[in-house]
Amino acid sequence: MSDHTIRTMRSRDMGKATSKQHFTKGFALVGTYLFLCVMAVIVLFPFYWMLISSVKSLAEYRLSKPTFWPQVLLLSNYAEAFTTASLGRLFFNTAYVGIISTILSLFITIITAFAFARLQFKGKELLFAGLLATMMIPGELFTITNYITVSTFGWTNTFTALIVPFLVSVFYIYLLRQNFLQIPNELYLAAKVDGTSDWKYLWKVMVPLALPTLISITILKMMGAWNSYIWPRLVANDEAHRLVTNGLRNAFKDTSGEVNYPVQMAAVALVSAPLFLVFIFLRKYIMAGVSRSGIKG
Amino acid sequence: MVESKHQWKAWLYLAPAIVLLLVFTVWPIINTVRMAFLEDYSIAAASGGEASFSLGVGNFVKVAQYQDFLVCLKNTVLLCLITVPISTLLALLVAVALNSIKPLRKLLQTIFFLPYVTNSIAIGMVFAAMFNIVGSLGTRRPLIQTVGIVNNVIEFFGGSYVNWINNGSSYWPNMFVLIIYIVWNALPFKILILLGGLQSVNKQYYEAAKVDSTPRWRVLWRITVPLLSPMIAYVVITGFIGGFKEYTSIVGIFGESLGPAHAPGRLNTMVGFIYDALAQHHQGRASAAALILFAIILLVTLINLQVSKKRVHY
Repeated sequence: MSDHTIRTMRSRDMGKATSKQHFTKGFALVGTYLFLCVMAVIVLFPFYWMLISSVKSLAEYRLSKPTFWPQVLLLSNYAEAFTTASLGRLFFNTAYVGIISTILSLFITIITAFAFARLQFKGKELLFAGLLATMMIPGELFTITNYITVSTFGWTNTFTALIVPFLVSVFYIYLLRQNFLQIPNELYLAAKVDGTSDWKYLWKVMVPLALPTLISITILKMMGAWNSYIWPRLVANDEAHRLVTNGLRNAFKDTSGEVNYPVQMAAVALVSAPLFLVFIFLRKYIMAGVSRSGIKG
Repeated sequence: MVESKHQWKAWLYLAPAIVLLLVFTVWPIINTVRMAFLEDYSIAAASGGEASFSLGVGNFVKVAQYQDFLVCLKNTVLLCLITVPISTLLALLVAVALNSIKPLRKLLQTIFFLPYVTNSIAIGMVFAAMFNIVGSLGTRRPLIQTVGIVNNVIEFFGGSYVNWINNGSSYWPNMFVLIIYIVWNALPFKILILLGGLQSVNKQYYEAAKVDSTPRWRVLWRITVPLLSPMIAYVVITGFIGGFKEYTSIVGIFGESLGPAHAPGRLNTMVGFIYDALAQHHQGRASAAALILFAIILLVTLINLQVSKKRVHY
């Protein structure tokens, strides 16, 4: 069979198939959108339910036939939630711990990553491999001893206990080192010729160039402070140092029965709001950071 | 000369990280192993650190014999085995669907990422509210005011309400709520990774399939899944690692009692067991359990890697 005949046969076959293909294609597209929309509704529903429940009155919330739009907007739930859970104090504590630990952690990460990326010293490869190996070990294994250490240092119920043990993150060092390595070495050598010190070069050239990575680290670190629960509960569970997640769970101990759910949902919405705001404005950095790290907050 | 000066400087840059790592990472590794193998460590330490404790596997034996530990292990394994396949499959379908559309893709992509930027305790409380029966179920006054939105939906479709998490609820309804919540929580990360993988797949394979007019499910199974297999392996492995450390989502739904009112602790997990032991100052038991957890995670990861070595096409 010649090349020509094959081509005509194929085009004839395709001509026959087009209308049917168009139909199945359109059908598949509708199905795809339908599936995605159903999934989107499932994903969004808890947020929607949290928001509308948070402005309902208790009586309306308890109606046996639920309302999908509040009859009266009861914004006083938010004020009540704010005082019941003393959210002001919790927000302040969390912001304080988040900001201080992010600044210190960024500083340590930057200088360590710089040393691994640019400076020469004996045992560099071995030390770096050792650091990476610690990433495999689950955090729970460290927590037990760190709890004892922190108690021995007398740090129980202080902000220090919440900040210091987590200042070094091997993963962030790794991430930033990779970023630093991408910066051409010629730049460094040129700076050396000009007599620029390592220190100055790091802060004037490398840090600005690695800014996107540093922003990702900052966001993930802040989200970590906002979401941390287990460690704060262990070492700083007093009124003065309690962080937001722990405080929220503590303020609403009952999970079932005669609970004032609208107020509880208002508190949950208030705690979730900062995360959403950060997400709306810095989506790009969060998604980039997350896809590279695979860690939750 | 210059070399040695540089060396000295490099260590100065590294000093803060090294000091902190020695105290909060290296020492814990050594100490956890030490405490796990020292018998009756906590008792001895409490009485002023007498050197009378002996070396052995007593802590491990004690942990394994502990009834609570078996409950925790069962819950953790069940949750892992159920949620990881469901969330991976759903994420794969969503990612493939998202990849095949053009309008609304960005918006939908953002919506599917939303559960990631949440506080797992806070949103757990929302799920608890959705599954809750508000009223006094199971007490002397069987007064039910509302059976909760999920039950409302079930009743709307002609079913009867279920006691999901309240006083008197049984084990599988509890687990069902946890599974739904954990899957909901696990989707965003998996979708992000799988969609990223799909976008880097060579379009030629699909062109070839189009010419052959291969059915869609066959394209998915024969082309997409093999091409995506490195990413699928990655989300499965991280899913198992995360699943074995499941704890906060349970606190989110059931509170610190980790179970419905009549059965506190029923849904506790491995991580919960470790923290309970720690809170009761049984450091030896906590350390032994943490090492067991580490061993399980290591084993599951190795098995996963072994399986993916045979299946993954790089």
